[in-house]
Amino acid sequence: MIRQSAADMAQALAKKEVSAEELTKAHFERISTVDSKVKAFLHLDTEGAINAAKDVDQRRSRGENLPTLAGVPLALKDVMTQKGIPTTCGSKILEGWRPPYDSTVVTNLKRNGVVILGKTNMDEFAMGSSTENSAFHPTHNPWDLTRIPGGSGGGSSAAISAFEAPLAIGTDTGGSIRQPAAVTGTVGVKPTYGGVSRYGLVAFSSSLDQAGPCARTVLDAALLHEAIAGHDPKDSTSINAPVPKVVEAAKRADVKGLRIGVIKELQGEGYQKGVLDRFQESLEILSSLGAEIVEVSCPSFDYALAAYYLIAPSECSSNLARFDAMRYGMRTGEGSAEEVMNQTREAGFGKEVKRRIILGTYALSSGYYDAYYGSAQKVRTLIKDDFARSFDKAEILVSPTAPTTAFKIGEKSNDPLAMYLNDIATIPVNLAGICAMSLPSGLATEDSLPAGFQIMAPAMADDRLYNTGAALERELLAKWGKPLLEMAPELL
Amino acid sequence: MSETPAISRSDVANLAKLARIEMTESELDHLSSELAVILNAVARVSEVAKGEIAPTSHPLPLVNVFREDQVAPSLTQEEALSGAPASEDGRFKVPQILGEEA
Repeated sequence: MIRQSAADMAQALAKKEVSAEELTKAHFERISTVDSKVKAFLHLDTEGAINAAKDVDQRRSRGENLPTLAGVPLALKDVMTQKGIPTTCGSKILEGWRPPYDSTVVTNLKRNGVVILGKTNMDEFAMGSSTENSAFHPTHNPWDLTRIPGGSGGGSSAAISAFEAPLAIGTDTGGSIRQPAAVTGTVGVKPTYGGVSRYGLVAFSSSLDQAGPCARTVLDAALLHEAIAGHDPKDSTSINAPVPKVVEAAKRADVKGLRIGVIKELQGEGYQKGVLDRFQESLEILSSLGAEIVEVSCPSFDYALAAYYLIAPSECSSNLARFDAMRYGMRTGEGSAEEVMNQTREAGFGKEVKRRIILGTYALSSGYYDAYYGSAQKVRTLIKDDFARSFDKAEILVSPTAPTTAFKIGEKSNDPLAMYLNDIATIPVNLAGICAMSLPSGLATEDSLPAGFQIMAPAMADDRLYNTGAALERELLAKWGKPLLEMAPELL
Repeated sequence: MSETPAISRSDVANLAKLARIEMTESELDHLSSELAVILNAVARVSEVAKGEIAPTSHPLPLVNVFREDQVAPSLTQEEALSGAPASEDGRFKVPQILGEEA
């Protein structure tokens, strides 16, 4: 039962073949069996989840017309507030904090009857690509427990790939939904910036952050996407337009006549051979389905990583000023308010967070502002222009999601620049505010680990991701004979 | 390539002060060498950003969003203070902010 897709679980619930309570308890049982190895969760809300499930069951037995996902369990990245439930962002500075309000994503999940099992592990304040920067513990990739599950949303990707939950929420500032999806053989979508409300998403880099769905199938991601997306008056950057019809698109799954642009700059040197092989194979499949493959060039992407590592730290140095030891969170030390603040932030923030705050403070300081932050903003314009030109030639663009498969825990933790390179193919999307999906393209031959295929579409054309993703997924499934995750080693 | 930006240990100490983080001596040592490497990598942005290029600060054309000033349910005083490290008489209790002479 727990290995089914969310869509199948929803159907079984609707037909009363299983109750939401049974389904929820089955997932908690799975969690108690495997999470001591995977360590995807930071907090479990057993009581709240079972009560929410019982409520769905009661409403269903009364004959109420329920939303599609009512009763389906979900794992929530610990960067989203949920009223009364610990929200740490993977940081000591928020340890023990219970927010007094729900994020809009959580409000939408509750309205849809989705059962929230608990909060998932992440790199502290979503800064990282491996979940090793969590202040609490690393999370392990279910494909190989000695490897990273990606980051920052490694808890969410590990939870769904270990069948601890069929759905999860992630957030993506530079790839934190897509890269974890790629290295765990799951599906992750960064919606168009402004497509999903940021209210209650603890801010890292406000002009880049976007919450989105993590799932095991493209259709499941689409169902979750429609459940959480939409205009929110509480977020001034929320787009006031209808949500793209992503479920319909996932069911259409037809790429005949579609022009697909392969980004020249996002392949070649630095990319693992097995990842590139699976990418080529997926391109051939799409071509055999009647899509037209063209090459596009985005020369400014060579500067995307550098621009990102100025813009994101700059915004984070400002956003994280709110952790001041005065109104919520940790307070430690003695002396004046300022002294207590200094000591609390020293004790409460981890290495990577401090590194980025200092980098951002430097980039924004007078005398350096134009050379660093100002230049990075110009690069952002060049990247947007590269995308715009490419989308004149093709309806969607594609690349590998991450340059390599999952690396070993500890392998890159002492080399920030090597770590940052994981995001080289995902970052341009955030800088331009467009949407993208990662779905599994198969296993790399040399290490038998999952590789990711990235699809990118213009702002508010999220439906194109799902249409193409579902078509490719269908063909790959036929080729493999079973879902990719069924090839992962058993965790018991 | 760009020149390696010089960032001294005292620069980092000053940045830490501005960012309100009381760093240890070893953190300052470590971070000043790391920052030099990172800055060297990111300084490339200035290579391409020379011409007349309009900066992009945000992916959306931002406009102010206004709403009517209406009374609506919100957090109670108790809820708002629920996460406070210390509170008293319905207020946040904080360490001394101003000097003694007041």
